[in-house]
Amino acid sequence: MTDEIRFEHISMEFPGVLANDDISLSIRNGEVFALVGENGAGKSTLMNILYGINTPTAGSLYVRGEKVTEFSPKAAIDRGIGMVHQHFMLVPSFTVAQNIVLGREPKAANVLFDNKKAEQLTRELVAEYGLEVDPSAEVRDISVGLQQRVEILKTLYRGADILILDEPTAVLTPQETDELFEVIRRIVREKQMTVIIITHKLYEVMAISDRVGVMRQGRLIGVKNTCDVTERELASMMVGRPVLFDQLEKTGEPGDVAIEVDDLYVSDNRGLPAVRGVSLSVKQGEVLGIAAIEGNGQSELLEAITGMRKANRGTVKICGRDATGKTPGEIRAMGLSHVPEDRLSTGVDRAASVADNLLTGRHKEKRFNLFGFHQRRSSVERYAEELYEKFDIRGAGIRTEVGSMSGGNMQKVVVAREFSFDTPVLIISQPTRGVDVGAMEFFHTRIIEKRNAGAAILLSSADLDEVFRLSDRIITLYEGRITGEFRADAITKEQIGLYMTGTGEGAKA
Amino acid sequence: MNNSGPSFWTVASSTLHMMLSSATPVALAALGGLLTEHAGIMNIGMDGMILMGAFVAAAVAAAIGSAILGVLGAILFGIVVGLFFALFTVKLKSDEFIIGCALNTLALGLTGYFARAWFGVKGISSEAYFSKLAIPLVKDVPFVGNVFSGHSVFVYLTWLLVVVMWLFVYRTPTGFWIRAAGESPETLRTAGKNPERMKWIASILCGVFCGLAGAYLSLGNLNGTFVEGMSDSRGYIAFACVIFSAANPAKAYLAALMFGFFDALGGQLQGVIRSDLPFAYLTKAIPYVITVVMMVYVVVRAQRKRTRMAKQQFKNLG
Repeated sequence: MTDEIRFEHISMEFPGVLANDDISLSIRNGEVFALVGENGAGKSTLMNILYGINTPTAGSLYVRGEKVTEFSPKAAIDRGIGMVHQHFMLVPSFTVAQNIVLGREPKAANVLFDNKKAEQLTRELVAEYGLEVDPSAEVRDISVGLQQRVEILKTLYRGADILILDEPTAVLTPQETDELFEVIRRIVREKQMTVIIITHKLYEVMAISDRVGVMRQGRLIGVKNTCDVTERELASMMVGRPVLFDQLEKTGEPGDVAIEVDDLYVSDNRGLPAVRGVSLSVKQGEVLGIAAIEGNGQSELLEAITGMRKANRGTVKICGRDATGKTPGEIRAMGLSHVPEDRLSTGVDRAASVADNLLTGRHKEKRFNLFGFHQRRSSVERYAEELYEKFDIRGAGIRTEVGSMSGGNMQKVVVAREFSFDTPVLIISQPTRGVDVGAMEFFHTRIIEKRNAGAAILLSSADLDEVFRLSDRIITLYEGRITGEFRADAITKEQIGLYMTGTGEGAKA
Repeated sequence: MNNSGPSFWTVASSTLHMMLSSATPVALAALGGLLTEHAGIMNIGMDGMILMGAFVAAAVAAAIGSAILGVLGAILFGIVVGLFFALFTVKLKSDEFIIGCALNTLALGLTGYFARAWFGVKGISSEAYFSKLAIPLVKDVPFVGNVFSGHSVFVYLTWLLVVVMWLFVYRTPTGFWIRAAGESPETLRTAGKNPERMKWIASILCGVFCGLAGAYLSLGNLNGTFVEGMSDSRGYIAFACVIFSAANPAKAYLAALMFGFFDALGGQLQGVIRSDLPFAYLTKAIPYVITVVMMVYVVVRAQRKRTRMAKQQFKNLG
């Protein structure tokens, strides 16, 4: 195997940040190379240099032995480099074929766009690479997994033989992930393509890659043959210290039922049924995990339980009291805390300080309050400092504007506030979305602490690993209905995947 | 039928005739506005663009004595206005709404000022203008002749431009790029095309179309006369047509026709209602009110239909 790509002492400096620090790396022809690292480690920056979006501030890049002088996506495409971004680069109202040929359209009579030719070219690609997709379907109507195929086909249409995939499995079901890996193996084997995959899911690194490079704080920590390392070693390399995976100790016996949902029906924003007859219960000292692909009613379900959305039918009981139709404030007073799905819109006030965000919901408490309207700054700040320390929030102190913090630290502010209420019921949604491995470990430990202390926790996460790690029981939701309920230690991820797509046995229930 | 007034057929054909002529400036501006809409720029500055076009066309025609050069002047000035608009909204990333408002206010003030400064209190009255064309054969067909013949050349040109623009937007690569620039600019960028460039192109073409709309108002419709504020909010109606038609040129023309029809109807009513009656001038508001109401109705209905279809789909799935 020869060197396909060679980074030589590449550095990339953004104002105030050294995103890539003297990186030298060779990627070989025909291999699957995995690039792992925490958020902000510089993986995407390095790949954006390869794809010509960033121009490095120092060092040189060689593609097939040739030194790259012009950094632009167009030049990279011409060099045969294709990139599938984490957020898909597709025009929703265009058809599959129109998206694939965008920028290099086949023409009829030299001026007009030749749609027939575009669809025919797409069919040829589909046949050649075995990536089944309907050329005339509009992209907004097809599933996320198919949209990713369109992205891959797009790069192939542009003649790519080096394919960069940025977190490709973040939005996929286990089955779709398997299919994607099958595709990757096929194009590497049959077309001698070189594939670089950016990920933070370590078992995927083990499953698909030949070699793996680990990045931390802008530097390349090491490059290994995948067969020579373990997941645990990789995790330690990424974080820079041993990571305590799989050491969450669950203790205690479940107590009384604290969350009770009976035959709940909820509509989504468009007025369509989103939750259709869901019944569940969570006991104290128990984590119930919801496994579902996005858009199958889990958001609406949690919103209805927390009072942020009105239910059409059914009842919700929190600690034995009827919470149906109550306001979020009233439900919180019954003993519920809520880490919402989207921290930016409902978790924090971005323009307010860390201290003010931590205080939200406690303004009326005597110790922060003088004559009913005046905040006692000193006690507020003392209180905020305490939480700041306890939850290991890293930033420029409690007076920092929350909007300027990283996603992980912002999430720590939300979790610190919600966990500080010490309520018997916790509703947690997407606790670690966009959060790095180190912070993830921290959140998981805190959640299990709460569980062991007797809280009833309802958890929803798009990350199936997380659901498995934290839950005692798991339910699968598909199109607003519960399609299965399992003990977490009695089922595999693959089996769950079937229920999440409504194809598992008993799915018609 | 009433013997004392004109026959129903006469009234009907002259109403439809007026419909075509008053739909034309709205349609021309909408053809430009749908480009900026596709490119993802909210353009409420069309009214000012039309007004400047009307002024420049009349002023150039009056000064040089050529209607064709007047139109050319309006087109060239439209390019300048489009560049100006793009400079602020695309390059300097200012708020589109504010820039649009500023453009409208600026146009009203500037044209009013220069009309008086250069042409005195009477305003501009150009000797050169576009006369109405009597179309051979067609003009002799009863009813049809009254409706379709005897318009300024702009009316017929607009039909051609609707077809050309439809092809441009939906059937040329550049049309695809402009739409991609509005819907998903980063996608276009990673495809190796510059979305900002597409926005510049859309803005400039919008300036040109609004310039044409203005030139029609002064040189085509009003026999070479520029009147202060003569765009008369047609730019806003054009914007409504763009939104209503989802920026589809053919549908935008139909929307403009709807406005034209009620404008014509209002005009006919003005002739019937005695002007000394209170509120007689409200007839002028008819086309605007009805157009807006109709459009709201159509859009709401389309939304309901989408929801219904989505519900249907959901049922089929479940």
